[in-house]
Amino acid sequence: MSILVDKNTRLVVSGITGREGAFHTTQMIEYGTHVVAGVTPGKGGQVFEAAGQRVPVFDTVKEAVEETEANASMIIVPARFAPDSIYETADAGIPLIVCLTEHIPILDMISVRSYLDTKGVRLVGPNCPGLLTPEQAKVGFIPGDIAMPGNVGVVSKSGTLTYEVVDALTRRGLGQSTCVGIGGDPINGTDFIDVLRMFEADPETEQIILIGEIGGRAEEDAAAFIDAHMTKRVTAFIAGRTAPPGRRMGHAGAIVEGNTGTAEGKVAALRAAGVRVADHPDQIADMAAE
Amino acid sequence: MTLQGRNFREDGSLKGVSSVNLHEYQAKRLFAEHGVPIPDGEVATTPSEAREIARELGGRVVVKSQVLTGGRGKAGGIKLANNPDEAEILAGQILGMDIKGFTVRKVLIDKQAPGIAREIYLAVLIDRGRRRPMIMASAAGGMDIEQVAAEAPEKILTVHIEPALGVRSYHSRYLAAGMNMPRELWRDFHNIVSNLYTCFTVNDASLTEINPLVITGENKLLALDGKLSIDDNALYRHPRLADMRDTEEEPEAEREARLSGINFIKLDGNIGCMVNGAGLAMTTMDVIEYFGGSPANFLDIGGGAKAEQVATALRIILSDPNVKAVLFNIFGGITRGDEVARGIVEALEQVQTEVPMVVRLAGTNAAEGMAILADAEMETAATLSEAAQKAVAAAKVQEAQS
Repeated sequence: MSILVDKNTRLVVSGITGREGAFHTTQMIEYGTHVVAGVTPGKGGQVFEAAGQRVPVFDTVKEAVEETEANASMIIVPARFAPDSIYETADAGIPLIVCLTEHIPILDMISVRSYLDTKGVRLVGPNCPGLLTPEQAKVGFIPGDIAMPGNVGVVSKSGTLTYEVVDALTRRGLGQSTCVGIGGDPINGTDFIDVLRMFEADPETEQIILIGEIGGRAEEDAAAFIDAHMTKRVTAFIAGRTAPPGRRMGHAGAIVEGNTGTAEGKVAALRAAGVRVADHPDQIADMAAE
Repeated sequence: MTLQGRNFREDGSLKGVSSVNLHEYQAKRLFAEHGVPIPDGEVATTPSEAREIARELGGRVVVKSQVLTGGRGKAGGIKLANNPDEAEILAGQILGMDIKGFTVRKVLIDKQAPGIAREIYLAVLIDRGRRRPMIMASAAGGMDIEQVAAEAPEKILTVHIEPALGVRSYHSRYLAAGMNMPRELWRDFHNIVSNLYTCFTVNDASLTEINPLVITGENKLLALDGKLSIDDNALYRHPRLADMRDTEEEPEAEREARLSGINFIKLDGNIGCMVNGAGLAMTTMDVIEYFGGSPANFLDIGGGAKAEQVATALRIILSDPNVKAVLFNIFGGITRGDEVARGIVEALEQVQTEVPMVVRLAGTNAAEGMAILADAEMETAATLSEAAQKAVAAAKVQEAQS
């Protein structure tokens, strides 16, 4: 078991022929992910070859689903095309969409999320590193060689910070059930609580690592959910403790103003919910190993 | 109806939306394009221009500093003039004034409102939690809305707008009735709310705000002030708005970084940081402090950073004379370690420096990257903790020598 993706995942990649799309699709295939189709409008009929495999490219997601029975999608197209790509994928009947694209305008995401909710489609991201179920499926950027199978569920707002933590867990001999990067955008498809609920229900996940950052109130909401509903142990880390107040730190979500959304507030909320909070990434692995 | 849990920046915009802030005169002109009534006015950059504009407007004007910060009135940056002579004198006092670190380069000369009976607050913004645009109004206009939120949250009214429906008359009626607005103004108020919302959506704004929207002595509604912030990510489809960005108010290094697609914020410490990813960049700063050091900057080279970009980032970091050591922390995913390593080596060929450097590469193509760095005889580290400790130690040695 695991959550969201596993060896039965049949992935269609939108943007497969782009530079980044091609590079990461190759990495995913080498990892063993079943990439069954690619979509690039205007390039239907081409074949994407990587690691000894031939992946058919289609003009539309609908064709890709009809021909290959794809059941999950990864979107890696420029921001101005990403909303269309998400709508198209949802309309083609795919229940899980992982969108890696960053810089999608917020008003576009309001419409996207509202439409997906009517369809019952799960979106992970946008602006996220994707998903990894070790030795089963890699959907996104998370480097495969830093992970190993096990019983720790990882959920994170950050990208590269997730790799840092997964790497530290693996070096400590703690494998992962699934690693989920939900992204740091103000409006996204999947939040901490959605993933915590899935990990709580997953028999293979024994404990959870939650990686948050300053800004917004997703960590405070997660703390309330943990307090009320989680039986499994949760260990957390909050990035941005030393960030000066009032300055934007790149991620859409990462701003501190006043006393809301601060690292102190988030750490306090999580501790009050019985969550252990680490001071630096290497310490997370130590705490999880206890 | 309370603001509890909602997060406002000083300028009133929601946290979590990175935006280009426009000047008042730009915002009000955009509002006017959408049918929101504003005073007649014009921008001046010299006292004599201010005098001429005041004369054309009939003499009784407001001279308003145009800087991208709040509290202009309290700082003496907004003054009433009764005739063109006064307007010229006041413009002379306000132009060049420093307001919270911003130099006043422009003043807006607005015709004075014919009396002010009431001041109202009106804004459109995004409620992240509800994932909807939200209209916020208060009868306590003219004040800092954060202060109203803190002291009298019941005075703030909100309605959420379903994008497919837009603003309906019952939305604005709810706000107007809640503020005890005279009924004869409800229709005009609805038009203003509806037009401000259209201005918000058409321009991909993260905030459109009127504070105050006044009821004049002639019983008319008039937008005396305006704020408009545009979602950075949507600028590609608004070239006209992108050109309105006031780059004079942006520090030089931060502007160069932005134009290169690098996220850079200067801080006060002495360890320069180059990291991929905002979360990891903040964590790198946290770990530097944890081991007794102090970061000189936040710098996120973003995803898929190429060699050229890394070189630019390094030049930006080294342009700060406080920097005594540089820590590179790159965990590859979309960013490839070999490209970053080549970027560092190329940058060091271009930028002559004695500043010690510590490089930590992991993830995608890290082995190839480490080989490139080994050939260039660079100091490397296996983990972030090790890299931070080495950088802190190197900075202390440099600091002791200087």
